[in-house]
Amino acid sequence: MTTSRAAPESPKRLFALRDAERHGVLDEPVVLSRAECEDIVQRALKLSKADACRVSVGSTYQTNVRFADNQMSTSGISDDASITISPVFGKKRASVSTNDVSPEGLARAVAQAESLAKLAPDDPELMPELGPQEYQTIPAWFDSTAQLSADDRAKAALATLEPARRSKDFTVAGFIDCNASASAIGNSAGLFAYHRSTGANYTLTVRTTDGTGSGWVGADENDWNRIDFASVAERASAKARASRNPAAIEPGRYTVIFEPQAVVDLIGSVRGAMNARSADEGRSPFSKPGGGSKLNERILDSRVTLITDPADPQVLGSPFDAEGLPQSRQVWVENGVLKQLAYSRFWAQKQGKVATGGGGGGFGGGGGGSGLKMLGGDSSMEQLIAGTERAVLVTRLWYLRSIDNRTMVVTGLTRDGTFLVENGKVSRSIKNFRFNDSPLFLLNNLEAIGVAVRTGEGGSVVPALRSRDFNFTSLSDAV
Amino acid sequence: MPNRREFLATAGLTASALALASRRLDAAETRSPILTPATEPDPAVKVLLLEALTAAKLAGASWADARVQRARRQNLGTREQQVTNVSDTDSIGCGVRVLVDGTWGFSATHSLTKEGVARAAKQAVALAKANRVARDRFVRLAPSEAHPNASWKSSYTIDPWSVPVEEKVALLFAANAAAQAVKNIRFVNSNLSFVKEERSYANSDGSMIAQDVVRSWVTMSVTAISDDRTEVATRGPEVIQPMGRGWEYVLENDIVTNAPIWAEQAREKLTARSVDVGRWDLILHPSQLFLTIHESIGHSTELDRAFGYEANLAGTSFLAPPMDVLGKLRLGPDHLTIRGDRSQPNGLATIGYDDDGVKPEEFDIIKNGIFWDYQTTREQAEWLRPWYEKNKMPVRSHGCSYAQGWSDVAFQRMPNVSIVPDQKVDRSLNDLVASTDKGIVMIGRASYSIDQQRYNGQFGAQVCYEVKGGKIIGQLKDVAYVMRTPDFWNSIDLIGGKSAYELGATFNDGKGQPGQSNAVSHGCPPCLFRNINVLNTGRAL
Repeated sequence: MTTSRAAPESPKRLFALRDAERHGVLDEPVVLSRAECEDIVQRALKLSKADACRVSVGSTYQTNVRFADNQMSTSGISDDASITISPVFGKKRASVSTNDVSPEGLARAVAQAESLAKLAPDDPELMPELGPQEYQTIPAWFDSTAQLSADDRAKAALATLEPARRSKDFTVAGFIDCNASASAIGNSAGLFAYHRSTGANYTLTVRTTDGTGSGWVGADENDWNRIDFASVAERASAKARASRNPAAIEPGRYTVIFEPQAVVDLIGSVRGAMNARSADEGRSPFSKPGGGSKLNERILDSRVTLITDPADPQVLGSPFDAEGLPQSRQVWVENGVLKQLAYSRFWAQKQGKVATGGGGGGFGGGGGGSGLKMLGGDSSMEQLIAGTERAVLVTRLWYLRSIDNRTMVVTGLTRDGTFLVENGKVSRSIKNFRFNDSPLFLLNNLEAIGVAVRTGEGGSVVPALRSRDFNFTSLSDAV
Repeated sequence: MPNRREFLATAGLTASALALASRRLDAAETRSPILTPATEPDPAVKVLLLEALTAAKLAGASWADARVQRARRQNLGTREQQVTNVSDTDSIGCGVRVLVDGTWGFSATHSLTKEGVARAAKQAVALAKANRVARDRFVRLAPSEAHPNASWKSSYTIDPWSVPVEEKVALLFAANAAAQAVKNIRFVNSNLSFVKEERSYANSDGSMIAQDVVRSWVTMSVTAISDDRTEVATRGPEVIQPMGRGWEYVLENDIVTNAPIWAEQAREKLTARSVDVGRWDLILHPSQLFLTIHESIGHSTELDRAFGYEANLAGTSFLAPPMDVLGKLRLGPDHLTIRGDRSQPNGLATIGYDDDGVKPEEFDIIKNGIFWDYQTTREQAEWLRPWYEKNKMPVRSHGCSYAQGWSDVAFQRMPNVSIVPDQKVDRSLNDLVASTDKGIVMIGRASYSIDQQRYNGQFGAQVCYEVKGGKIIGQLKDVAYVMRTPDFWNSIDLIGGKSAYELGATFNDGKGQPGQSNAVSHGCPPCLFRNINVLNTGRAL
């Protein structure tokens, strides 16, 4: 370890010198390597006196630039590392996290976690730690993102700011966010998992200076080089221009064309609702009236297939969950039929099922793994519009909040580019709507499916959709 | 400089054993390194703050500040008679913010050494320099008095970390059992969340400030299922308002006694009548109204939003451009005054000094029904210079700068924004009911949503009672009101009095990119709004 090389007056830190070396070059990322994580895990496990213990390590390096009102606003760099110790005594468990990664910090965290765990009540659902597992290697790390300089980001921002300032027609607000992270899990049963990844996200809102138009476009990739900054700016500007002077049309039920961002905004919550236990307990949209779940029943249009697959090249998620359970391809809904619910290890054992993971700390489970993907069709956005007699075209949704867990009805609003489509063409800009509707209704009333694309943060992949009878309940004056 | 071991000891990181000590009710006995009210930053932290400021200056910053912040969080979760979560997190680091040629730079590190914070300072300067190429307007800070030796502590008497986890879980189990004893109650979840922040701040104006902040929240969610399993109704989880206080606040709320009341409310909701769509008078309890204040007045009066600084995510504001609406736009009747205030006792946004080093002040946002002022930081106060000069008001920040943690840059966040109760008549909720012929009493926050300019909002409630002829006649379900902000506040009729005034609050108000969470309270008495549009949100699969 680097400790022995530290200068005499330096505090004893596991990575003090390595940090300094890496920080010599601005923006060179500091995330912990597999060997460093393994070392921390082993040190913590060695200190632990518990019956069993899990150690999770997270390391992040984040850089960002914001601009708004055609100005640079804030920017930032931060680095952090944290360790979570989860010891078990009999059926008792607690977890303690600290970002003090010095040997003393580690020792304190282990001692504190053990004391907390001993005082905790028994957890009758506690599962034993997993033994060694096999993981896929997912190539989610890109040096192009990790090695990016502050100058690169400033130039990317300037590429949007300069034309906006020259044009006088637009004000722009954008955010460029890059991160590098590593995560590792090890336990006293011999499991060890390590994964590192990078992410680059660019979102841009272009508003017209007359205050009547707004257009938004986002791009999310693991590889900075895949983000086309000029294209994002052009599309957002075109959308802002087209959305000026919106007309009010009556709220009511409309056929909608949702761009992929609007689709992920609405259906993203389906993943979290797949919890098997809630379904079995009768309080989920996938509970059967009178008892049991809707597994193997047709719940959505027969063209809908929903999967999670961390190795999918469009997704590039994590190969393991928070307990170290390997994550692989899961088909949740296939051709409209509910094929799988999310089982924590406890609930899977109780119900005689296979655990799907995504169970967090192992305290009940939920969620369906990384990055929801809805399989797409082959219609382009233009084809979806061309085949439409009358519909509302929606760029994205905003402020979604649950109204009813059992129907998944949510309320929210359209935002940053809402248009009327008539006779196969975008005919006019219209005012934003509030809606009260459910992703389950949207995916049942399907008419057409576009191409699936990576959308939003977190590696979701969804197509644009056309669907009937979407319930717009009131108008909003917001631009 | 002190070595890390000494630094950690003095900063209180060795005090983790405290969490394990048995609870002592005598406040004096609970004192310890982390419980002692800070009188000034710890000497070792002071060294780091000064080192960061010096490094920033040497690298070329014209102004700089540094924050060393430690945040501890504890979360305990239960369902019925089982524990679902026992976790403690502890994070400490230093963030350095600089201005170079009117351009911001910020860098944060968990390396709490002189070298580490100096490196962060240099990085912040390098970042600002890199971003100068894209600068258009020079950032200028409104002047602020320096606070060279200042401290502040929130008003807790029992540090939540001094209470053993078994005692906390026992309280949740007892409350869960009390709720489970009520007929039709099938599921109960309860949680305790505690936050403790030690914020040490210095800036190049000469401020050196230490603050000690505690927040506590107990939540409980009680679910009833009908005998034929066709109806599900829940009360909660926000049954008790979070507060800037300690364990004593949790005890005062006596969740064991209250749990059966919440459970009965959930049970009663199983057979509640589904609301008729249309216009209703609404009597909004503080536990419901606070969130509407937050969303419609709180967010629309953030000055950065009015200038487009949040256009890419949180949104802009219908209150823009500022000089067109300040002093002109009517947002309510003469008897409506709404204030920003970070000194309100027990509020979640209450603080001694903000993250620009400013001592916050109380200020009118809506004065006698007229829109009067925005929430500001030192950077933003300058943007309103014409308005302040016109009205002979000082050009100074209202003290609304806040960063959620050491790794986050400070920007404008919401202070406690509250309605001033009626000064003449001390009306209670019952008085408002008696003044209503056809109305709905709405209690507890539920679904809430508002557009990005804060015009169109839709708000539900956990419990709704129908009022007919001045009396409550039973529960309603599927109720949500839809409002347009200026119309809604102009429809306020009666404002309750001082005795009925309560603080409602949230731990998690999101804003910014990268996203940051702010904790904020809103005070109000129950208020009566006339003729509001009510929606029926019920649907079946």
